[in-house]
Amino acid sequence: MSNQVHPKDKEILPGLQIEKVDDRIMTLNVGPQHPGSGHMRIILKIDGDYIVHTDPDPGYVHRGEEKMAEYRNYITNIPHLERPVIHDSCNILYPYCLGVEELLGLEVPERAKYLRVIAAELNRCVYIEYWLAIYGIFLGHSTMFMWPMGDRELCIDLLDKMTGARVTHAYFVPGGVRNDIPPNFEDVCLRQINYFEKRLKEYADIFYDNPILISRTKDTGILSREDAIKLGTTGSVLRASGVDFDIRKKEPYDVYEELDFQTNVLKEGDSYARSKIPWLDMFESCRIIRDALKKMPKSGSVRVKLKPKPKGGDTEVYRRVESGRGSLGMHIVSRGLPQPYRLKISVPSFRNLIAMPHLLTGEKLGNMPAVYWSLNYWPVEADR
Amino acid sequence: MSSTDSTEIAKTDDSSLASDLDKSLSDSISKKFSNVEIAYVKPDRIRVNVKKEEIIDVASFIRDELNFDHAESVSGVDYPEDKQIEVVYHLGSYTDASLDKKILALATRTPREDNPRPGNDSTKLPSLRDVFPSVSFHERECFEMLGVYFVGHPDNRRLLLPEDWADIPPLRKDFRIKGR
Repeated sequence: MSNQVHPKDKEILPGLQIEKVDDRIMTLNVGPQHPGSGHMRIILKIDGDYIVHTDPDPGYVHRGEEKMAEYRNYITNIPHLERPVIHDSCNILYPYCLGVEELLGLEVPERAKYLRVIAAELNRCVYIEYWLAIYGIFLGHSTMFMWPMGDRELCIDLLDKMTGARVTHAYFVPGGVRNDIPPNFEDVCLRQINYFEKRLKEYADIFYDNPILISRTKDTGILSREDAIKLGTTGSVLRASGVDFDIRKKEPYDVYEELDFQTNVLKEGDSYARSKIPWLDMFESCRIIRDALKKMPKSGSVRVKLKPKPKGGDTEVYRRVESGRGSLGMHIVSRGLPQPYRLKISVPSFRNLIAMPHLLTGEKLGNMPAVYWSLNYWPVEADR
Repeated sequence: MSSTDSTEIAKTDDSSLASDLDKSLSDSISKKFSNVEIAYVKPDRIRVNVKKEEIIDVASFIRDELNFDHAESVSGVDYPEDKQIEVVYHLGSYTDASLDKKILALATRTPREDNPRPGNDSTKLPSLRDVFPSVSFHERECFEMLGVYFVGHPDNRRLLLPEDWADIPPLRKDFRIKGR
């Protein structure tokens, strides 16, 4: 058509991108509906079988958590702030509660600190099992979908007893935890955690020592130590590249200093190492829970009583914890109001997203799920 | 930095609890750059307010001399009464074991316009992407959420918002949630 206007001459819509089409390079949209991409789109450019350009496009599940937090007071913020990662809801509320406690000058009771650690570690197992199930199914290993999903129930059941909810617990509150545990919880917890750990050991036989898994994930998507540091990755991605950095050890919060555990570090930096670190972390979680149950004060208060709508001073705090995916930080700017003036949630998934173009570019398209899911990435959390 | 005087954050002083390392870190910055304002030195948390013209030099100094190697978070904060937008980089270190607990907040401010045209108005800051590659996606988020254009960032595109978003940047204070 002769009167067709080239988009260049028109005013372009905000954000609209115009690209020249190449004969050789094919553009492939992975997602957002494709089940293998998980609520996000990855725009791949493919030359034959090889990925030559990767452009992650998150934002399909963006819910404006940070904006919402500016309209709600410090206590009513709790239920919606755990929504980005409902499988790890205790760990995303952890830095928020630590930050608000610093703002309000609250001292958390000793028993509540232990209960928080137990809940956070159980939640870490719930999250990792869920992630492991998805990792398994996208590598075509359906048993590895069923097993973690089933074993996850053990931890969910314990959290259900503790908090009264299966996934969205809203258990942490500034100044402690919402309620005490039921009587006899310690025995049930110990029994289920011991069985859980026995089950975890069986994953080695079917998954981690499986030659098919090893051939698909070994030496794919290698992230060097220097790049892992430079890109600011965190959690299992960082520790699989040989950097020993776990907030629970480096900047201990609550009672982690007194508990007996170690951090897992692997040097390879490939997809296999990245997928193995969370599994090893679950053994440490079991160790922490057993130790915490032993050292926990047998009775006492679990919550500091707060005034309605407490106000912070004119200051700011930045607190971080180690979540199931890595360091999770919250920057709270307070200006003497009952609600935060600004709440920035720095999530590990968003921080690890930057490694995705770095790792996928140059890989074969068939390796994409193995590399992508090994990043321990949770799109809903990255979008907030 | 006179422009930050109106915020209360700059006045907080909790230096009595801070360790010697915290103080020596902040002293080395203020010794090297006379215009830089140390907003507070709390235990393991330091905040440095710089002018936007100086931020690349200060950031390079922090990376090369003080061994901070990555950005944990980049927050944009809107201050409509000052007609300014503040961007705070939270920097951390993986390589230096003595800095494990430390977070250095590097803050700068840019003018704010009442009718924002993101990318085409005076709300601009130099990008720290060349100094800290880890800020890349954080700065993209800051651009779409607060309308701060990062000069020198090769990829100032939308990240989380829809491509056809035509309203003002949503984390500005004059963007109100309906019904609130």
